[in-house]
Amino acid sequence: MSAITPPAHGIGMPVTHDPHPPGDNYLTHGRGIMSWLFTLDHKRIGLMYMAGVLASFFVGGVFAMLLRTELLTPGPTFSSNKTAAWNFYNHAFTLHGAVMVFLFIIPAIPAILGNFILPIMLGAKDVAFPRLNLGSLWCWIGGAVFFGYVLLGGILNASFGWHLPGGYGLDTGWTFYTPYSSGQVGVGGTPYQHGTDGTIAALLGVFVLGFSSILTGVNFIATIHMLRPKGMGWFRMPLFLWALYATAVIQILATPVLAITGLLLLAERIVGVGIFDPHLGGDPVLYQHFFWFYSHPAVYIMILPAMGVISEVMSTHSRKHIFGYNFIAYSSIAIALLSFLVWGHHMFATGQSPLSNAIFSLLTFSVAVPSAIKVFNWVSTMYRGDIRFSTAMVCALSFLVLFTFGGLTGLFLGALSTDIHVTGTYFIVAHFHYVMVGSVLFAFLAGLYHWWPKMFGRMTNLFWGNVGAIVLLIGFNLTFFVQFIAGSKGMPRRYATYPTEFQSYHVISTIGAYVMAVGLFTIAFNLLHGMIKGKRAPANPWGANTLEWHCPSPPPHDNFPVEPVAGDPYDLKSWQWDEATQQWVLDEERAKTVAGTEPTTHHH
Amino acid sequence: MLTTILAQQLYLPPKASTVAPDVDALFNWILGITIFFCLLIFIGIVVFGIKYRHRRGHEGGNSPGHSTALELTWTIIPTIIVLIIFYYGFRGFLDQTVVPPNAYEIQVDSYMWGWGFIYPNGHVNPELHIPKNRPIRLVLTSRDVIHSLYIPAFRVQKMTVPGRYNRFWVEATQTGEFPILCAQYCGTSHSEMLTKAVVHEQADFAAWLEKASDLSKQPEFEKQGPAWAGAQIVKARGCLQCHSLDGSAGQGPTLKDLFGKQEVLNDGTVTVDENYISESILDPAKRVVKGFQPIMPSFRGSLKPQEIDWINWYLKSISANYKGGSPPMGAPAGGAPAGAGGGQQGTTQPILPSSPAPVQGSGTPMSNRPATPAPGGSATPATQPPGVPR
Repeated sequence: MSAITPPAHGIGMPVTHDPHPPGDNYLTHGRGIMSWLFTLDHKRIGLMYMAGVLASFFVGGVFAMLLRTELLTPGPTFSSNKTAAWNFYNHAFTLHGAVMVFLFIIPAIPAILGNFILPIMLGAKDVAFPRLNLGSLWCWIGGAVFFGYVLLGGILNASFGWHLPGGYGLDTGWTFYTPYSSGQVGVGGTPYQHGTDGTIAALLGVFVLGFSSILTGVNFIATIHMLRPKGMGWFRMPLFLWALYATAVIQILATPVLAITGLLLLAERIVGVGIFDPHLGGDPVLYQHFFWFYSHPAVYIMILPAMGVISEVMSTHSRKHIFGYNFIAYSSIAIALLSFLVWGHHMFATGQSPLSNAIFSLLTFSVAVPSAIKVFNWVSTMYRGDIRFSTAMVCALSFLVLFTFGGLTGLFLGALSTDIHVTGTYFIVAHFHYVMVGSVLFAFLAGLYHWWPKMFGRMTNLFWGNVGAIVLLIGFNLTFFVQFIAGSKGMPRRYATYPTEFQSYHVISTIGAYVMAVGLFTIAFNLLHGMIKGKRAPANPWGANTLEWHCPSPPPHDNFPVEPVAGDPYDLKSWQWDEATQQWVLDEERAKTVAGTEPTTHHH
Repeated sequence: MLTTILAQQLYLPPKASTVAPDVDALFNWILGITIFFCLLIFIGIVVFGIKYRHRRGHEGGNSPGHSTALELTWTIIPTIIVLIIFYYGFRGFLDQTVVPPNAYEIQVDSYMWGWGFIYPNGHVNPELHIPKNRPIRLVLTSRDVIHSLYIPAFRVQKMTVPGRYNRFWVEATQTGEFPILCAQYCGTSHSEMLTKAVVHEQADFAAWLEKASDLSKQPEFEKQGPAWAGAQIVKARGCLQCHSLDGSAGQGPTLKDLFGKQEVLNDGTVTVDENYISESILDPAKRVVKGFQPIMPSFRGSLKPQEIDWINWYLKSISANYKGGSPPMGAPAGGAPAGAGGGQQGTTQPILPSSPAPVQGSGTPMSNRPATPAPGGSATPATQPPGVPR
């Protein structure tokens, strides 16, 4: 049996000789709810995350629709009483932001795709610490429960006038800026609780979620260091792993700062220790320094894994070796390190010293360069390719378009004098939605479509997937492009009402948001349909050469019975389409040659 | 008005300050870079996407997996571009930061949810009135949370931070009215924390300030008396952001029919009289009406005793619960009282005096005007600027 003898090169298990009985895979290995809730299998943990994170995405999306609907007209929509309507809007945008950032975007790619794919890409049976991995999942669930409490409190209060302890909901914005969030803003420190008293529950949630993020980061770093297979030096790693590695570094170094900041704010709110509130002798801008010291790197916690997905998808579906591997890998690390040095660009208008402003502006521009390098390399990867417009590829190209535009509009914000004009306006809202939603969401979808056949052993419908992606792309641009214009003309963000001359922009934005919803539902049905009724997927439906495609779809419980040997992850040419069997077939001799001739001097 | 100002061009508002042309020039320059690189990438995607798409008979070619020359090109060129952008952005920022000598100084007070612009003579105005072609230095602070003074037409923005003073300067190049908005989220009515900048010709500015500084010297005061002045203050100082005139509850109780009313407090009751009104203005958190939050900022040091008297007269004029007599002096002209923009004329007893108490009527200096003009700084925060190291 060839399965028992590991091949000398390239590539893992010949998938045609699956040693497992048919039907035995990680999905069927163990039954019952407990086998999921307390599984140590990284693949099941990835799917558990997927259920929770996508449910959060739905909740955050509902809030997005509600607040866009409120903004359709300048007048109050959801209540005839202005105060009630504005409060509702403020709660809606706060929960939209907090849920989307903390429960969706940050964990989306690392926790779902990272957990599922990373060990298989390494040819490993699991992550380095499977129990810790389960622990991070439960931290995520624990954190989500706190947010659920905030949400429930807000709904009960608004609907029935009931008041859970600390349960008026949350209207501080996802940034929890002090002294508003410290709730001491009345005269002489009289507490102003309404709308900010959800801060305590939300911060506890953020604190617990932070541990989920840190533990996942630790696990990924240990796994990448210890469990790489034979033949995979650092510069033979798939770029998705480089990206997850860089992300993990940020998660470990930055997240504790957020946790500490949260504790300080809790100490101020609950015990009255003056840290951020000037009425108690604190400094509110200090909070912003602490907060952005985490939250700017957090932007890269979101985008770096997305960039990793794009490297895999662009190369595979262009059927071309990735262009500029080393530069893409190094730029991931450069971004991770530089991301710690730019937080002050969120505070150009707070009155921080002109010298600090100048330094932060300069450092901010330094992050633009590695991002630009990546984009040029991805486009160059298409050159002389054999491009397949799979849904994953359509999503990846959408990512490229949106990320290019979102990234370049960052130049307006890095430059001091133009930032002063547009900071705090819809220009900012548009910019970060292009980068965080346009880019990260599309990369996430690209990853889902790319690895869906691996996860569930079934293909998605190409036509409806592409329709969904294109509708989403159109809706996205409708929603957010006009926000650049509105912002440049002076429309501030977080406004429940607005001067009437801005209404046309808001109407277009709201229509765009509804179109996005249509696109997302199409994609959701497409993915679900693929999962349940899709055509059976072969082990390697795309002819890719990273190790996960060398194990069956869906993978067996322990991935690889024998440790595979890695080759060049982007050696796509060694996989040839076989018309007779309608499958990609590996030319092992060629793969062996390529793996042998590619430079391996980079082993560290 | 706002419509005509903001509906003039495709993007960016009109330019009305000395720094605006530079900011816009940089904005347009970055826009050009953005368009160029977007087109480069989009065209690359489209051309490669069509030319190298998978189709019958097409096979992917071979090309090098890396090119150091290319990598260096697209590392170095963007680096140079961003350095140039940084330079111009920083230069523009310094222009906004370094205040020219002899600038006219105005203090900015901000609170949930309103603005106060405090002039060197102590006058507090809810709108920013400035002379054209003269550098204006603004010193900003906040009484409660962080706000941000944003004047799009001037391309300037600065946050107002409680416990510290922020500064910037601006020089208007056009007369007219320009929107001012709060650009830092500050709670329920953040989106209604709007006012405007009014740019006067230099010659007109001094006259405006003199007139605006003393309500009792204005012709309407002669005709309509202190209730009119009270109405102006209630409108100007942001009271109406939270207190309605039509009987509906906002963030605070309505002002309609308030005076003389029996209010239920969190503990006990109170009949609203001059004492309670005065206390509520100077020490708002002391006795809060049941069902409301103690969020009102104190106006101690900011509203003068005379002004509080005028507010009392105004509240009496719009209250059916006020059963008191007429003010000390009769009402020779007998004019109907003017409401505060809420259309309250003649809704209650016509008790309003049209000429004020003798001390004002005789034209003597206002008793409340301090011998030394109240410095704007000390009038700004309700309490001493907090956050100062103990």
